[in-house]
Amino acid sequence: MNVPAPHDLLEAVGNLPESGDDLIVEATDVHKSFGRLHVLKGVNLTVRRREVVVLIGPSGSGKTTFLRCINHLERIQQGRICVNGHLIGYREEAGKLVEDRERNTARQRAEIGMVFQRFNLFPHLTALENIIEAPIQVLRLPEADAREMAATLLERVGLAAKTNVYPAQLSGGQQQRVAIARALAMRPSLILFDEPTSALDPEMIGEVLDVMRELAHEGMTMIVVSHEMGFAREVGDRAVMMDEGVIIEEGSPVEMFSHPREERTQAFLSKIL
Amino acid sequence: MARTPIGVTRRGARPARRLVGLLILGVVLAGCATSTYQYNWNIVVDSVFRPTPLILTGVWLTLSISVVSQLIGVLLGVVGAVGKISRLAPVRWAASTYVWFFRGTPLLVQITFIFFGLGVTGVYRWPDLEILGLIVPGRVQAGIVALGFNEGAYMTEIVRAGILSIDPGQMEAAKSLGMTYSRAMRRIVLPQAARVIVPPLGNEFNNMLKTTSLLVAIGVPELYVTFSRMNSSGPTVFHPFELFIAAAIWYLLLTSVWGLIQARIERRLARGTGTSADAGPGLRDRLFGARFGSPGSGLR
Repeated sequence: MNVPAPHDLLEAVGNLPESGDDLIVEATDVHKSFGRLHVLKGVNLTVRRREVVVLIGPSGSGKTTFLRCINHLERIQQGRICVNGHLIGYREEAGKLVEDRERNTARQRAEIGMVFQRFNLFPHLTALENIIEAPIQVLRLPEADAREMAATLLERVGLAAKTNVYPAQLSGGQQQRVAIARALAMRPSLILFDEPTSALDPEMIGEVLDVMRELAHEGMTMIVVSHEMGFAREVGDRAVMMDEGVIIEEGSPVEMFSHPREERTQAFLSKIL
Repeated sequence: MARTPIGVTRRGARPARRLVGLLILGVVLAGCATSTYQYNWNIVVDSVFRPTPLILTGVWLTLSISVVSQLIGVLLGVVGAVGKISRLAPVRWAASTYVWFFRGTPLLVQITFIFFGLGVTGVYRWPDLEILGLIVPGRVQAGIVALGFNEGAYMTEIVRAGILSIDPGQMEAAKSLGMTYSRAMRRIVLPQAARVIVPPLGNEFNNMLKTTSLLVAIGVPELYVTFSRMNSSGPTVFHPFELFIAAAIWYLLLTSVWGLIQARIERRLARGTGTSADAGPGLRDRLFGARFGSPGSGLR
């Protein structure tokens, strides 16, 4: 892939990051259970604008669940999560948190991009239609504008030739790049990546990481659940190690990967590095 | 899935099938030849090629009642299916009760109850109505309501199965893009479910075309009633053999045309699956079933 100029991807949708380093995500004492299974046991995390946070940890540690709580795809049993200064999924009534109206939650989710492990492209829509669907339906963007923006986005993720192709005819790497473009088209202030390369054949991982690297350089705020340690070290501002439903260690990726403080971090890293 | 080699099945199944066919034809012809019944094959030919206005009215009624009832059924099916998977217990309960009632009682009872039962008590007397410039008799309205509501119960289960067959990741992706549940349902999930729903829906409509004949119970002059009446009075009185062969041919015409339309719909919906070239059984399988060793029925 050719190297895009700075701000190519975000500029394509008119979504240049604001200056300042205010808090985008503030999660406090987040608890989540599936029935009797206590998955998150008090997670605290703050993410600042333009920060790239990489969540690592063994499977079952709650990384993905926590990520899904950030845009309220999962309800939480205790604690609070604020995105852009607003409680997500809940509102406060007489000191208690009650589930917010669906419309409000949807509006908040529109500002949070999400990229899934299994892409989750809409199979009945072409690459372009996948991208313009939500901007037209949710943001009420005029269709002509949406199409133009989507075409630019597709070009900049290297898929100009695939505009009118259905997801089934795309490789995994191509699908994931469309999925990233789809998230970008909503001009999010934050993008959550849930193991974006885990379902890919090895030779396709690079093309997806390239796009993510580019996004990070352009100043997109990102939380990435990933086992790509090279990517984490190179692009991540902070690595966050989770185990058994809590964050056990966080710090600069370079530092953590070479000198982990916690034994469990050490054990985990020794298995995957 | 590997296909059965065409040659093998053909050689195995075909001569046997022909033999059985010839045998049945022979028995029928022999039966015809030995009976004293006065055949009037002109009745069949005329009924099909030179249909009287009465027959055409019957065809029109059968077709229009089927289409409208099926549309109502699909609509109720979508509402019922969404209701059955709702987060709200009362909504789920209402949808389940609806399905339970209409699947648990005979259609004939529903038809007669809705027309005679509601009529006699004055709950609703089914007056004739003028809808879009057409005068729709009360008994036709009652028939459509009964068939539509009955169909809706079956469509509820079909649509529900269709929705459940869609990966939950689709709903999540739609929600993560800021869509509400109902918008995601309408724009993302239901269009995909449609592909799963259409084949059984085709079956349902095929059935519907024939089930309209139950409206004989409330005297709707659709196709079956028309031929039945031609058998009991008029110039063709007591020619049930020819008359009901003619009726059967009309029903076959309707269901066959529908088979073609359904094939087109399925091909359209196959967009994006990467299987457009192999979107389903061909015309012959569609009309005669895919049980025998015909090419194109790859699932055995």
